[in-house]
Amino acid sequence: MTLDQLSVGKSATIKSVGGEGPLRLHFLDMGLTPRISVSMRKIAPMGDPIEICVRGYELTLRVSDAKNIELEVGGSEQ
Amino acid sequence: MIIALAGNQNCGKTTLFNALTGSNQHVGNFPGVTVEQKSGEIRGVKNYSVVDLPGIYSIRPYSSEEIVSRDFILDGKPDGIINIVDATNIERNLYLTLQLLELHIPMVLALNMMDEVRSNGGTIDVKMMSEKLGIPVVPISAVKGEGVSELVNRIVSVTKDKVYPTIMDFCPVGAVHRCIHAVAHLIEDHAQRAGVSARFCATKLIEGDDSFAHRLELDQNELELLDHSVLEMEHDTGFDRNEALADMRYTFINGVVDASVVKCHESKGQHRSVMIDKVLTGKYTAFPVFIGVMFLTFWLTFNVIGSTLADWLSLGIDWLTKLVDSGLTAYGINPVVHSLIIDGIFSGVGSVLSFLPLIVTLFFFLSILEDTGYMARVAFIMDRLLRKIGLSGRSFVPMIIGFGCSVPAIMSTRTLASDSDRKMTILLTPYMSCSAKIPIYAVFSAAFFPKYQAFVMIGLYLFGIALAIIVALVMKTTAFRGSPVPFVMELPNYRLPSPKTVFLLLWQKAKDFLQRAFTIIFIATIIIWFLQTFDTKLNVVTDSADSLLAIIGHYISAVLKPIGFADWRVATALISGFIAKEAVVSTLSVLLNTSTAALGSALSGMFTPLSAISFLVFTLLYTPCVAAVATIKKELNSGIGTVGVVIMQCVIAWLAAFAVYQIGGLLT
Repeated sequence: MTLDQLSVGKSATIKSVGGEGPLRLHFLDMGLTPRISVSMRKIAPMGDPIEICVRGYELTLRVSDAKNIELEVGGSEQ
Repeated sequence: MIIALAGNQNCGKTTLFNALTGSNQHVGNFPGVTVEQKSGEIRGVKNYSVVDLPGIYSIRPYSSEEIVSRDFILDGKPDGIINIVDATNIERNLYLTLQLLELHIPMVLALNMMDEVRSNGGTIDVKMMSEKLGIPVVPISAVKGEGVSELVNRIVSVTKDKVYPTIMDFCPVGAVHRCIHAVAHLIEDHAQRAGVSARFCATKLIEGDDSFAHRLELDQNELELLDHSVLEMEHDTGFDRNEALADMRYTFINGVVDASVVKCHESKGQHRSVMIDKVLTGKYTAFPVFIGVMFLTFWLTFNVIGSTLADWLSLGIDWLTKLVDSGLTAYGINPVVHSLIIDGIFSGVGSVLSFLPLIVTLFFFLSILEDTGYMARVAFIMDRLLRKIGLSGRSFVPMIIGFGCSVPAIMSTRTLASDSDRKMTILLTPYMSCSAKIPIYAVFSAAFFPKYQAFVMIGLYLFGIALAIIVALVMKTTAFRGSPVPFVMELPNYRLPSPKTVFLLLWQKAKDFLQRAFTIIFIATIIIWFLQTFDTKLNVVTDSADSLLAIIGHYISAVLKPIGFADWRVATALISGFIAKEAVVSTLSVLLNTSTAALGSALSGMFTPLSAISFLVFTLLYTPCVAAVATIKKELNSGIGTVGVVIMQCVIAWLAAFAVYQIGGLLT
């Protein structure tokens, strides 16, 4: 499962962070690193972008970018 | 002594900068980019100036903000760094701190928003944090001004006594540790020669920032050794290079936070933000609220507060003009000088000055919307629309303001996160038809399309927007091609803005605008006056048809022939529209010798309905007024670029009008 598929209010653990070049570095810098828990806060009125909570703050990213972030599957979604 | 002020976005950096320097600031741009550079003297200490670096999350070579910050820290050789962090969001904020520590420059950590942490029931053991990070930590509240004098004392003492950070090692013994130390050792001599910290360069090289290989003049052999170390580390950790370093930093930060921070469950600020966001970004409420907010802002600016102030100001200017006028007449000064002062300077600069109240009022509302955190939400809800044309959600607000006035709209692009977004927004904003063009539309549509007036007006606005979209799509595939800066943005908690920050911003914008009004705009008005007043033999003209401006108008009218209005008076009116768009109508009525009220019927002799449409399209699209052009020059930070923009606008306007006139001619 990837980050964009997480439903609102649910949280899960990051398995891997993909993406190319600046995008990936930006993810890592913003604290989206493997083994960290993220939760879905809300989805913008037009369905994109999404807002997540990571390391205690709110981060906005686009759905197409969020597809690069793989989540742990099975049982980890709370 | 030069102190760099560094920190994330939304951590209160500007507020702290204002608290440190007061109104004693210089605002400019970093060389070659549209990134703002602010510097000022620290109040109460001699010979200490502080430079406000752009808000960044990491030292990376991607956005221009990151590049100017990195270059300033490495090449500007600051004597000390104040790193401001948001104590309510400590983990992510410390990520930049660790990179700054590696620079080995005397540094103090300013722990901002400590009052908020306390009121939420959290605590931070400042002494412990200082021990863990190896630098002094000062709790402050930039908004309330608490702790700022202590911060100043600390930065003065660490820079005077050259107290360097005691900790630079964030890696536990292991593969990452081995790699960093091997690389640091490898490049040590090079780094010393280049005068930068070996440790900092080592981590940047491991992260793959090739500019450091150039900076340190590494040879092929050394590069291979570097690669070898990195590969070994990647193999041993199972992470790639960037993951490994990010993981190392965040692991270290977790250790610092666990030892020194007692977090509260959910802060009041966060809870409040969640509740407010339910409405402001809600599925059904977000757009109505946004439209309401923009409408209110516009209404208050252009109809209530700003326009009232503008009226008062123009009354004042009129009064002063009359006073000087009668004074000069009584003195019996040479009529040409008299005309220069009254018709040239006073009327030209005066008409531009009357924008000032609108700009200040508009910025008052905008800075409140920005500082409270609402603008970030606007970007959130609008991003989807603007992405299609290669922009991000943040560009929406400047473009909306463009419908009021291009000058504050272009000035407000300062708040955009990336350099390329900013440039593109600056170029597109003039296509949003500004309110000064309304008189032109009104006169022409009343004269030629009395039944369809509203339709013509709306059509013009939509045409401008459509053209902006086309221009954006073209730019997206040409000048602004390449991977855009990713839209990964923090949504800050809603906060009350600090009155001081708002006030200082208004003061700066007003000062900026006045400076331009009395320099570039002043000169432009004198040139136009000169052209209006003299003929080729430099005699004062009695009939405006003999003036230099009319002669230029004759030449230009040849160019205008293919688009339907080859009359020198129209050309002249368009030139005077460069001073202010309102002047198009007033110049036409002067040249046609009619009152503005009777202008419509006079025009119907000169234009056909089709050429009137063509004229309207041209005025919609051709170069904006001198105040807007001066703003474009300031924000783009490039004179040649600005000339290019003006030429491009005129060419596009001509082509669009040509298409309208020729295609319309075939249809009728």
